[in-house]
Amino acid sequence: MLEVKNLHVTVDGQPILKGLDLSVGAGEVHAIMGPNGSGKSTLAYVLAGREGYEVTEGSILYQGRDLLDLSPEERARDGIFLAFQYPVEIPGVGTNSFLKTAVNAVRKHRGERELDAMEFMKLMREKRDLLGVNEEMLRRSLNVGFSGGEKKRTEILQMALLDPKLAVLDETDSGLDIDALKIVAEGVNALRSPDRAMVLITHYQRLLNYIVPDKVHVLAAGCIAKSGGKELAHQLEKEGYGDLAGKTGAAA
Amino acid sequence: MASETTTGLPYADRFAAIAATLPGQSVPWLRELREDSFARFAQLGLPTPRVEQWKYTNLHPLTKAGFEPAVVNGQGRGQIKALQPLSSLLPAEEPAHRLVFVNGLFRRDLSEIGALPEGVRLDGLGEALASEAESLAPMLGRAVRSGDNALLALNTALMADGCILRIGRGVSIDAPIHLVFVGAAEETALAFHPRNLIVAERDSRAVIFESHVASNGGVYWSNPVTEVTVEDGAEIQHYKFQDESLDAFHIALTEVEIGERGRYHSFVMTSGGRLSRQEIRAVLDGKGAECRLTGGYLARGKQHVDNTTEIVHAKPHTTSKEVYKGVLDEQGRAVFQGKIIVEKDAQKSDGHQLNRTLLLSDRAEIDTKPELEIYADDVKCSHGATAGELEESALFYLRARGIDETAARRMLIEAFLGDLGEDLASATVKAALQRRVSNWLAAI
Repeated sequence: MLEVKNLHVTVDGQPILKGLDLSVGAGEVHAIMGPNGSGKSTLAYVLAGREGYEVTEGSILYQGRDLLDLSPEERARDGIFLAFQYPVEIPGVGTNSFLKTAVNAVRKHRGERELDAMEFMKLMREKRDLLGVNEEMLRRSLNVGFSGGEKKRTEILQMALLDPKLAVLDETDSGLDIDALKIVAEGVNALRSPDRAMVLITHYQRLLNYIVPDKVHVLAAGCIAKSGGKELAHQLEKEGYGDLAGKTGAAA
Repeated sequence: MASETTTGLPYADRFAAIAATLPGQSVPWLRELREDSFARFAQLGLPTPRVEQWKYTNLHPLTKAGFEPAVVNGQGRGQIKALQPLSSLLPAEEPAHRLVFVNGLFRRDLSEIGALPEGVRLDGLGEALASEAESLAPMLGRAVRSGDNALLALNTALMADGCILRIGRGVSIDAPIHLVFVGAAEETALAFHPRNLIVAERDSRAVIFESHVASNGGVYWSNPVTEVTVEDGAEIQHYKFQDESLDAFHIALTEVEIGERGRYHSFVMTSGGRLSRQEIRAVLDGKGAECRLTGGYLARGKQHVDNTTEIVHAKPHTTSKEVYKGVLDEQGRAVFQGKIIVEKDAQKSDGHQLNRTLLLSDRAEIDTKPELEIYADDVKCSHGATAGELEESALFYLRARGIDETAARRMLIEAFLGDLGEDLASATVKAALQRRVSNWLAAI
């Protein structure tokens, strides 16, 4: 599904990722953990195609195709979904009409018929209940006045609506209390499927109690310092990142 | 030739000949008013950027166009036979009293004035000036304060026609009054100076739509002056859409006087014209008077749009709210000058002003100048101005959901302008605004 090889990325001329390798297969859930500033969010943005993140070396293959040639919207339509760490508030853009536009853009690309207002409402109702997003929220401007938890739940709702092949969840757990975290995790778990891959980016092990990953990677100083099974997350919880970050730093 | 260099207006040296054919020349006070006004204009000349209020809008291109008067011997030049469907007009099915002006001249044959309540006078100004100038004496110039406004003086000197609307005490006009000003230039560049007189007597109400459109392209200059008097307890909603030809000049002045508890709500949407200015000067002249000025502007190519406003809080407990928002693309240029004056006696007054501009190109430019002059000590006044580009983070967020860049930009621009329509009482105008914005965005 996703093959990242020797990825080097600079932001404003500053090297952030320095030779990152990552391979995620269909149906797998990978967690990427690491201290602040290790390049986790940069990886998320590069996968989604944000401007200003310059790939200076290496490659990203997605379903066997070179991802780097595609615009953010092409990637999204091809099935890449980024759940934002900080979902952007956009006053004046209604959440409902935004979601309908996005769903139809993706459907059109897949050769599916665009949904009319009624059909969209029906789809929305199904997905909405799963995440406890109420109708009133969807009538407001996108993310405006939403609490942290509401924003994150809306991100997962978008993911459910857009039905991606590769979902990248950037710090979806940050700023959530335990109840909100459970709701979000349940939503994510419901979306696990054999043909969907997920990359969970997180600072803390906490999220991984609810969404159990197949693999855990530690990102430190711009590359994967260590990979392992879910037990690696527990080890990090106990021992911290100190050692790993130090080792990679010295190696670089 | 001497007058040409001092006034900048090519046909100025023929004023005496032109004036002789203007309506009301047999009425001494009116003749004198025109002569004095012309002398004033000749003395001031077209304003240059050295004049403070014209610092950002240079009228020099006006002197190059070689304008001829659009009205000669009472006859209009540049005829149109019918009011063809002009995209920018309000829907024809909207019931309205429609007055059509071609190159500033009232065209009764194209107009449709329905049954009006008793106590309402609605007509072309030209005939009224000719036949009953005396009754207009108290109305004409009543709301106009400025002695140093050259283009106002020119309008007074050369006004040939316009609209006269007088709404009697306590009368409400249900259907809106729609003033349609059509510019129809020929090979010659034409200039016209419509004058509108609107008086809402005590506790009366009316809704006025103003459309400025072109029947075909062409160079013309419209220099309208509108005087509005809102007496105690009266209410006027005034909506204007300026969709002139992209070669046209539109320099408009609206002067408003608002009495006790009177309300004047203005909305001006500008998307036409090569060079345009809408100046509104309002005096809140009675306790509890309220004035709301809302405006939108869209400019691209080399369009220049100027919105200049002055609100005077002259009496206590008066409120004003002003919001102007616009989007500039390519080399579009906009000016916003908003002055709020709170006089010494105007205690407990509220004045709020906001100007926001979205720049879609790095060659677009906005000059924004808020000015507050407050002489009372117990008032609430605020102003704000912002100018910026579309937010990259918002654009990326939308694109990351599969929405293509153009559609995402349009969504964000529509969202930016979205709240302009929020406070508008007229659903017709809201819809017209939306159409205008989507038409403009279609070219992005």
